[in-house]
Amino acid sequence: MARSAILGSSLAKKYWMALTGLFLSVFLIAHLAGNLQLLDMSPEGQLKFNAYAKFMTTFPVVKAVSYLLYFSILFHAFDGILLAFQNRKARPVRYAKENAGANRSWASGNMALLGTLILVFLVIHMKRFWYEMHWGGLGLDADGNKDLYAVVAAAFSELWYVALYVASMAVLAFHLLHGFQSSFQSLGLNHPRYTPIIKSVGVFFGVVVPILFALIPVWMFVNR
Amino acid sequence: MGNMKLTLKIWRQSGPNDKGRMETYPVHDVSEDMSFLEMLDVLNDQLVRKGKDPIAFDHDCREGICGMCSLFINGEAHGPGRGITTCQLHMRKFKDGDTIYVEPWRSTAFPVIKDLATNRSAFDRIQAAGGFVSVNTSGNLVDGNAVPIPKHDADKAFDAATCIGCGACVATCPNGSAMLFTAAKVSQLALLPQGRPEAKRRALAMVEQMDKEGFGNCSNTGACEVECPKGISLEHIARLNREYLAATVTKE
Amino acid sequence: MALDSKIPPGPIDKKWTYHKGHMRIVAPANKRRIDVIVVGTGLAGGAAAASLAEMGYNVKAFCFQDSARRAHSIAAQGGINAAKNYQNDGDSTYRLFYDTVKGGDYRAREANVYRLAEVSANIIDQCVAQGVPFARDYGGLLDNRSFGGVQVSRTFYARGQTGQQLLLGAYSALMRQVGKGAVQMFDRHEMLDVVIVDGKARGIIARNLITGEIERHGAHAVLLCTGGYGNVFFLSTNAMGSNVTAAWKAHKRGAYFGNPCYTQIHPTCIPVSGTHQSKLTLMSESLRNDGRIWVPKNLEDAKAIRDGRKKGSDIPEADRDYYLERRYPAFGNLVPRDVASRAAKERCDAGYGVNKTGEAVYLDFSAAIERYGKQQANILKIENPSKEKITELGRAVVSEKYGNLFDMYENIVGENPYDHAMKIYPAVHYTMGGLWVDYNLQTTVPGLFALGEANFSDHGANRLGASALMQGLADGYFVIPYTVGDYLADDIRTGPIDTKRPEFDAAEKEVTDRINHFLNNKGSKPVDEFHRRLGKVMWDKCGMARNAQGLQEAIAEIRQIREEFYRDVRVTGKANEFNQELEKAGRVADFLELGELMCVDALNRKESCGGHFREEYAETEGPQQGEAKRDDANYAYVAAWEWTGDAGKANLHKEPLTFEEVKLTQRSYK
Repeated sequence: MARSAILGSSLAKKYWMALTGLFLSVFLIAHLAGNLQLLDMSPEGQLKFNAYAKFMTTFPVVKAVSYLLYFSILFHAFDGILLAFQNRKARPVRYAKENAGANRSWASGNMALLGTLILVFLVIHMKRFWYEMHWGGLGLDADGNKDLYAVVAAAFSELWYVALYVASMAVLAFHLLHGFQSSFQSLGLNHPRYTPIIKSVGVFFGVVVPILFALIPVWMFVNR
Repeated sequence: MGNMKLTLKIWRQSGPNDKGRMETYPVHDVSEDMSFLEMLDVLNDQLVRKGKDPIAFDHDCREGICGMCSLFINGEAHGPGRGITTCQLHMRKFKDGDTIYVEPWRSTAFPVIKDLATNRSAFDRIQAAGGFVSVNTSGNLVDGNAVPIPKHDADKAFDAATCIGCGACVATCPNGSAMLFTAAKVSQLALLPQGRPEAKRRALAMVEQMDKEGFGNCSNTGACEVECPKGISLEHIARLNREYLAATVTKE
Repeated sequence: MALDSKIPPGPIDKKWTYHKGHMRIVAPANKRRIDVIVVGTGLAGGAAAASLAEMGYNVKAFCFQDSARRAHSIAAQGGINAAKNYQNDGDSTYRLFYDTVKGGDYRAREANVYRLAEVSANIIDQCVAQGVPFARDYGGLLDNRSFGGVQVSRTFYARGQTGQQLLLGAYSALMRQVGKGAVQMFDRHEMLDVVIVDGKARGIIARNLITGEIERHGAHAVLLCTGGYGNVFFLSTNAMGSNVTAAWKAHKRGAYFGNPCYTQIHPTCIPVSGTHQSKLTLMSESLRNDGRIWVPKNLEDAKAIRDGRKKGSDIPEADRDYYLERRYPAFGNLVPRDVASRAAKERCDAGYGVNKTGEAVYLDFSAAIERYGKQQANILKIENPSKEKITELGRAVVSEKYGNLFDMYENIVGENPYDHAMKIYPAVHYTMGGLWVDYNLQTTVPGLFALGEANFSDHGANRLGASALMQGLADGYFVIPYTVGDYLADDIRTGPIDTKRPEFDAAEKEVTDRINHFLNNKGSKPVDEFHRRLGKVMWDKCGMARNAQGLQEAIAEIRQIREEFYRDVRVTGKANEFNQELEKAGRVADFLELGELMCVDALNRKESCGGHFREEYAETEGPQQGEAKRDDANYAYVAAWEWTGDAGKANLHKEPLTFEEVKLTQRSYK
């Protein structure tokens, strides 16, 4: 495949991967902040969550950002697939024996696989919540907002879904462990003094964020 | 003569059009004082005496500086051990009875010539695209001390300039990327005042050539840095990323 | 043919300027009509090819390696001399010139050496401009160090990889011209013959090492920048591929070979560990600044060490013989290379060698570790430091200075040099001899030039440290661009060289015949076996010390090996493929002839000078007893040998060396 003009050189692709990746990381924090409200399973908590969901789907600024988000997800995925495809082509004959563990983290060598798994998860995830919220026939709660909480609670009462969710967060963790610090390197932000800090923050981010995400379905499943 | 016995699994390929395959060779009389290449010499000696085709592999200085030797040994570029090339790898790193895999560098941009020897001319073409300072030979240049260079920058430039162009970075990278090689040259010259006037042009031209050659894309696994016999740092890739970004953004 | 060195008239410091001003030049438009072939892409070849292309000539550059960047210049560690006098220590062009002539034991041509010293400063400026990262001090200025027994600091360096950095500079200049299309690069090509048309070099026959195709390349001038021939000894610090083939073919086509017996043996190399050994590794000369060289005083101790019953550290101080300090109290461990090498050989021959093979001496850092340790303890204000503490502090200092060399040693030998004294032995390192050239670097074949280590010109009988890089770059950047123009001025109307001429047919046929001989010769022994045998003869009888009887034996033995080689060598594979055995066969065949000529030359030179030491010509009495004895009355000449069809029957031509500037004296290091 020829390198398309929009994507430009190998480095341009890196920059876009990094920028979209970092943006998605920021989004994760916002998303997590919203999700953590689910831990409050009281009736008031449920109403608050639904009100929050309404705000997030109707407030113009958030809506505008959400389009950027959709674009980023699609672009990050498309660019990633293209990269993986080209990288595969760069080595048509594989090694009979390759000791990958000797020189790189498992995650760094398997970003495309991890990314693909996350993409699959995203499709299932968005079908279940995002699609339902926008176009599904959702009931209304006491305040007249779409009752997204009920949809979530229903999903997280199914063991297989909770398991899938937790597993996906593990996948996300590995993706972030490499991806977070990698995006800084891609943008050329490397400095003997600051890079170790970025790496530590990356590890913290990559571990804590997915754990908090995973905590919610487990909590809701246990307290269903 | 030593007394180690080894089993070698070596890639044999008679030429660029041959499909190639791994073949097994027992080798005996190996001494732990031998270098890995001397061990292959012993095997080749045994093959020639039997009238068989010896194994082709590239090597020249045998002291770790010319960058001619390669070999992917037991799954690692230049074998186990850090900061050394294959010619500096000694058999005491292995044990009697070991099975050792020996393969050529694997990259679209480094086609196999024969057996373990590959064509790395792609590196020359990247260099020719911009890896230089455009200064002609002249007896009337400015004095070497006319422009002081901070020691820190000179040392950093030297660290990058120690690249021997062996291709271990490409061979070891899961993506087959040549970023460490390209970055080393861009970074060296970007750090020196003599290289600054052409820095933008150089970064753009060398990356363009690198992409044309069919190398993969860097995904910052860091494997190259670990396997690089000269320990060239990822810092230089970051510098290339910065240089290229600045050049792209400000291009007229 | 009488040798004409074409030294320009005038006082020594005006000769080059005068010559440059009076040479003919080729106009820019005409340069485009002229093709130049450069064989070899090391410092000399890379620099020449780049410079000539910048000037406008069409250049074709050849190297046998897979890239121009791999030439063996890359392995030079120490540095490059230049008379910059940045240190204000009294250096000057004249002093560099003087030191080089003296270091060469008065067997170099004064005018060439002066020019070398003169352009040395330009080299540094040129390399800095190219982006060569020389070592700098905290003020951002270029740093210097002192080297190889001279009294000033004039050596520029880039850590222990100066050769690499300079070569990559030349390579980048070359690749810039390749990118522009001004140089056509032929890597993995080996020159197998030079083609002479009407008495002039007009092209080469080269083999494409990948496809095996024999190619003809025509040009108006051919530059050989193909390095030295140290690999005639099989074991040397040269790269495995370093060979004499290009120079030897030129010799057989009429270029005289100058001083073939002048070989430099470097004293500090890692000793041979066994019969499998394929090459030797140099340990930087700088180690001798802090290491003390010794062997046991008692033969029983030496034997016990060889048998593994004792270790070096078991020998008490009183039973150690620091033989360099004993013999040369003034210079001690810092005597020049040739002297240090011979002294090591003398001790080992007497039975005091300290490794399995009996060919190694100790280079011991324990005294330095203790000295530095105490110093550090003082600096750190540690009172009554324990022995362990001193050792620990001392090791840290030694590691700071030589850590990478110690690591390299441990990697190869498998023994920690901090705990056990390093073992070293001399090894072949550089060849001062080479194709005879005049002041213009032209051989006795018009249009055929030789640059760098491939020629004989600047180092006399012994090369000073950090001078090889200087000569390679001087020849390539600053000499040949002028002198080749003087020759090519006649060729502006010649037009492209026709490679269909019968001379090319004939040369190509010789090359193919030879290849076919090897491949069809159903012998039984691999090429390397003959090479090892040749190497052993050369090392034993034409190495660090030579005598008439040994040399005569060597000549007979080499002829014997050569005869057997042609009869019994086995070369596998085909002609039209990548065939490394075939490459080696061709090179060894040439070494087998060169080796004989080296012995003939060594036999002829009945004196000892520099790297050439004839046991019969040593001081027999007085304070200099046992030291080299030059014979200026009879041997102050360059021996230029003409091929007559048999290496043993070469014709000797003498170029008398006259010394107008430097007074001939005996070198003394006592």
